[in-house]
Parts: sequence; C-alpha cells; structure tokens
Amino acid sequence: MNYFPEEVLEHVFDFLTSHRDRNAVSVVCKSWYTIERFSRERVFIGNCYAISPERLIERFPRIRSLTLKGMPHFADFNLVPHDWGGLVYPWIEAMAKSGVNLEELRLKRMVVSDEGLELLSRSFANFKSLVLVSCEGFTTDGLAAIASNCRFLRELDLQENEVEDHRGQWLSCFPDSCTSLISLNFACLKGEVNLAALERLVARCRNLRSLRLNHAVPLDSLQKILAQAPQLVDLGTGAFVGDQNSESYHKLQSSIQKCTSIRSLSGFLEVAPCCLDSIYAICLNLTSLNLSYAPGIHGSDLIKLIRHCRKLQRLWVLDCIGDKGLEVVASTCKELQELRVFPSDPLGVGHAAVTEEGLVAISFGCPKLHSLLYFCQQMTNAALITVAKNCPNFIRFRLCTLNPVIPDPVTSQPLDEGFGAIVQSCKGLRRLSLSGLLTDQVFLYIGMYAEQLEMLSVAFAGGTDKGMIYVLNGCKKLKKLEIRDSPYGNGGLLKDVGKYETMRSLWMSSCEVTLGGCKALAKKMPRLNVEIIDESGQIGVNPDDDRQKVEKMYLYRTLVGPRSDAPEFVWTL
Amino acid sequence: MESSLSYESGHDLNLKATELRLGLPGTADEAPEKQFFPTKRTSSEMINSALDSDNADRETCAPPAKAQVVGWPPVQSYRKNCFQPKKAEPDSSGNFVKVSMDGAPYLRKIDLKVYNSYSDLLKALETMFKCTIGVYSEGEGYNGSDHAPTYEDKDGDWMLVGDVPWEMFVNSCKRMRIMKGSDAKGLGCL
Repeated sequence: MNYFPEEVLEHVFDFLTSHRDRNAVSVVCKSWYTIERFSRERVFIGNCYAISPERLIERFPRIRSLTLKGMPHFADFNLVPHDWGGLVYPWIEAMAKSGVNLEELRLKRMVVSDEGLELLSRSFANFKSLVLVSCEGFTTDGLAAIASNCRFLRELDLQENEVEDHRGQWLSCFPDSCTSLISLNFACLKGEVNLAALERLVARCRNLRSLRLNHAVPLDSLQKILAQAPQLVDLGTGAFVGDQNSESYHKLQSSIQKCTSIRSLSGFLEVAPCCLDSIYAICLNLTSLNLSYAPGIHGSDLIKLIRHCRKLQRLWVLDCIGDKGLEVVASTCKELQELRVFPSDPLGVGHAAVTEEGLVAISFGCPKLHSLLYFCQQMTNAALITVAKNCPNFIRFRLCTLNPVIPDPVTSQPLDEGFGAIVQSCKGLRRLSLSGLLTDQVFLYIGMYAEQLEMLSVAFAGGTDKGMIYVLNGCKKLKKLEIRDSPYGNGGLLKDVGKYETMRSLWMSSCEVTLGGCKALAKKMPRLNVEIIDESGQIGVNPDDDRQKVEKMYLYRTLVGPRSDAPEFVWTL
Repeated sequence: MESSLSYESGHDLNLKATELRLGLPGTADEAPEKQFFPTKRTSSEMINSALDSDNADRETCAPPAKAQVVGWPPVQSYRKNCFQPKKAEPDSSGNFVKVSMDGAPYLRKIDLKVYNSYSDLLKALETMFKCTIGVYSEGEGYNGSDHAPTYEDKDGDWMLVGDVPWEMFVNSCKRMRIMKGSDAKGLGCL
C-alpha cells in the first residue's frame, strides 16, 4: 500500500469519519500512522485521564474538534464526590499555547470554569461549536464570554448542566454582527434572559435550526421567535402557559403552523394543558419528542398528544404515562426506535406507574426498538423473554426497577432468565443495565452471549465472585464495567488483571474488594490508575490495614500515570 | 447450564428468593462459597429492612434505615433537582442545625451544607466544642474519646452520626447532640 503517494492516502483517509476506523488505520504501519495523525481533525477521548493534553497535541497537531469525557458515569447519581476531578482548563490552556486551530469542543461530565470559557473564547479565532453535557463549575459569566468573543459561533448547546445563573445579560452579549448561529440550547439555565435580545438574535440568525429555550421564556416570546424562525427543525419550548382565548395565543397557533420543518420537540417545562392544541399541527411530522421534563402533561392530554405523533422515532416520557399510555404508544408509533421512561418521582419513594405490561405492549407494537431506558415498578422473566423475542435489535437495554432487588413478582425467581433471553436474542447489544434480584446465573449468560457488549452496569446483584469473572472472561468487547453494592471481592477483581488494559474503566463501590486487593492490582498493572476514593478518611487513618474494605474504587487504563490533580481524598495506589 | 445456587425445581414459590435475612439476596443458605461478614449494614440490607417492618431481632441496634438508598433509582441529579423546585429556597440559605453538647452552657448552630463529609464535620465540631470525638467504628461507636456525636432524624429518633451515607445524613438530620461519658458508651453498638 506504500505505492501510493501520501496525498492519495490522505484523500482516502478523508472518507474515514469514525474514530474506530481511524484508530484501526493508524496501526497498520508507520507511514499510515504518520499520514493519519497529520490528517486527523476530530479526536474522541473517552477518559480525560487516559492521556495528557500535551501528548494529544503532539500526535494530532491539526486537531479541530475535541470530545472529552471526565467523571465516571456513577457521578450522575451522587456516588462521586465533588472535587474528584475532570477539569477541562488544562486542555484549553495547552491547546491555546500550542496554536491549535480549535473549532469544536464537546465535553461530558467535566468541570468547566468561567476562566476556561473565557480563555476558550479568546484563544481560537475560528471557534464554532461548544457542547456541554452534564458539566458543572461555570456560571452565565462564562457564557457571556463565549457569546461576546466567538465571532463565528455556530453552536452553543448546554444539556443538563448545573450552571450558576447570575441573571446577567449573557444573551445580550451576542454582538449584532453575530448571524452564524445554527444551534442554541440553554434549556438548563435557571435564570432570566433578555427576551428582546433573544428575539433579535433569532431574527438575524437565518440559519438557526435548533433552538431550546429555558423556563424563563414565556409563550408570547415564543410566538415572536417562531414567527421569525419558521425554518426551525428542533424546538424546545420554555414555559408553555397562556390564556387560550387571548390574541397572542391565536398568533402562536398560526406561527406554529408555519413551522413545517420541526421534527424534534421538547421542553414544556411548565405547561397549561389547554394550550397543547396549538402543537397538534406539527405533531404529525415529529420524529423526536421529549416530555420527560413536563410533569404537567399527563393523563388524557398526554395520550391525545401521542396519538398525533405517528412518525415518532424517539420518545422520552415520564412514567405517569402508565401502562395504558404505553399501549397507545405501541399502537401509534410504529417507527419507534428509542424509548425512555423516567420516574415522575425521582426519589423513588412512591410507586412507579409502569410495569412489565407497558414494556411488553411496546415490544409488540414497535419492533424497530433498539434503545431503551425503563424505570418501572416491577419486571417479570416472562415479559423480558417476550420482549427479547419481539425486539431482537436492541443496542442499548437499560432497565431499572424501583426496588433494586425485587424478584419476579409472579414466580418469585430472580430475573436471570429474563435478562439471559435479552442477551441471547439481541446479538448487537452494546450497553446493558441490570436491576432486580440477580444471581451468578445472569452473568454466566452475559459472558456467553453478549459478544458485542461494551458497557455493563450492575447494582445490588447477588451471587459470588464467579459472576464478575464470567463477565470479564466472556465479554471480549467490554469497555466499561460499573458495579455497586454487589458481593464481588478480590477473587473477582484479581482473576484476570490483564483484562483491564483492554477496557476503558472499572468502577466498584460498596463491594467486597479490600485495600490489599487494590494494592496488589496496582502493583501488577503499572499502566492502570487504581484510585481509591476515601471520603470518610478511614483509609487515611490506617493505610497499612490491607484487610479493610474499599468503599469506592475507580480504575482506568492510562498512558500518563497517576494524575496530578487528584484531591486529598483520592489515593492512586 | 449449571448454577452455583440451588433453586430446586420442586419449589414453585421459591420463598428463599424473597426471604428477608441478613445475607445479600442470592446467597443460598447452605454455606455460601464466599463468607460475607457484614461489618457494615450493606445497602441491600437497608432496603430489606426498610421494606420489612418486623426487623426487631436483627443484630443491629439502630432503627431500620429509610427506604431511600443513595443514588437509587439512578436518576441524574440534574433531573432530580428539576423536580424539586421547592428545595431551592431553603437550600440557598443553608441547612442550619442546632448542636448541643452535654455540659455546655449554650447551644451552637452549624450549616451542614458547608461540609462535604463526616470527617469535615467532626473536625469542625471538635474545634467548636474543644473536645475530642475520635474515630468512627462500625462496631464500637467512637473510639478514643468520651464523646459520641448523635443526631435527631426526621422520624424523631436519635441516631449515631456516621452510620448512613453522608448525603442521607445531611438530608435527614434535624439537630445534633454530642453525648458525653456513660451515656455516650451506651449508644455504641455492643
């Protein structure tokens, strides 16, 4: 293959857009490695501590787009203390110093500071796209810097971040000359925005495709915005409350009707159900609907809305939809590919309104379903077996029973057979989250059948170390394993230490691993960072007592050794 | 396909699976391959005891924990916060609780939100009251001192500080009392 001049190979590589393809190509031979690294513009780093900014820039000097992930997934559920790490500032700083022509930065579960956003906004003249998902540490002041200084900004997408809102004028900081916005999502901000500035901004950005507003944008502003942006493809409403009989409501109806391109709808953070009439017109063409932040839409209003949405491919709802509501989804949304049912009561103290019946109905009505997140009251093996038969195309299957150790209520058996059927039937399964009463058996099935599995989440499982060993031995493509409150100890942890270098990370909390086991692992595997999170300080008091259990352990492969920004409660062994 | 557990085919109901006992769910009652001696109540025990009211003969002395387990159901904290707007107002002004110490002439007030962990809190209390509280131990209360930090929870029960995960403690603590001398020893699980 070295018969071709470099330019030809480069041109061929241009067609390779997926990271995996590019990674594969780069290890073929030295000259391909070199050509590939100089032509790579988009880099994905699944664990920000696996590599350093300096080495990233050294290998990929022409990088234009960087995606970084920081904290472990269980940080979403308050299992990782604040200040654990995942700061993005060193990355921004290093790229700024090296003259990288950064255009896009996508972060997930990282700590972002206003200083970082300010530096970002001033350092990269062509910066176009900022996407922050589940991040924290910044305020609207940082957003003001981005708005003010990024002259060619196309995308500002804030998803589910904890942002301190200074109720300032960040949105007004977009200069009059800014007309390049294609996507603007500030739904997660809690504070007021300057409505007039927002309306003017939308009016001058003729290419705006995606707009997601926050709670503070009222219905009459929405009307003015939609009148200026009938080309929108994705809309997130703010508060959807108004007087049905008012003139502004009638104006809204006609503005919405002109938005014939809307395919994705979300928001309704506050809603008056009588106002929903206005959106039926656009429901027919919707492919994506997110009502998971709209507890105000329920019962017959919700059902009525769903009945209009025949082309839906993605649906996110609250469990107040009930099993009956899911039956309506099953009979209406034949194209459904992704379903997420969230608990209306996130503390989980009450009762979920959906059971296995809703899921079974969906499986009969929606054979194209490939992604599921389902919080439910209970589940049966029979239901899971039926779902597995009806929907063999699952890529992501995440089930969460409100009581994490609930058995099959009909047979009182563990849910081993049900999940076993899922992994056996769904040969393309890449992500699986288990719950309910489980034994080693389910992990035997997973090890045997889940050949494509990349991520597995285990909570409150029963059994022995064998369970963990079945998974580590069997799942050849496993990248992320996260386990909490399960009886796996050093026997499982240390059985196949080499496995962890083939994976991105392993999280174990409230299991049986001891300090001695973790130390032994760290000693054998120098290219892993084995981190102990010692919140209570107990390990610090007795660092030589190897028998003590480790409450939280997070290990990951890395090329750059222990991180220098670990807080005092994190020990890298 | 062999199983390490024996769910005998004759037992249709298989009550063992739902039997509430100290072991983790799934461990059979013939000698389990892995001995598990809980030095700390595991989350699954907490769930089981919360769901079973006649728990009186368990080995622990603390009253049954609440049915809430940290991080379960696994809902993103952002989403949880969206559904609890009422919390926003009291939260922003801190979470102040009264702290009394036996023998002290007056009480103090501390803001639990300021601390991130038990060790932070206990250090602060030791400084504030000029006493030694010692180190938490599952089996023996607080080692190395005559004092034991306790708190009143939402049910009105007096609990030893340190048994439950930090977040759960912060959410359920109404007031605190640092017990001294023989009273303190009595509260430890013996």
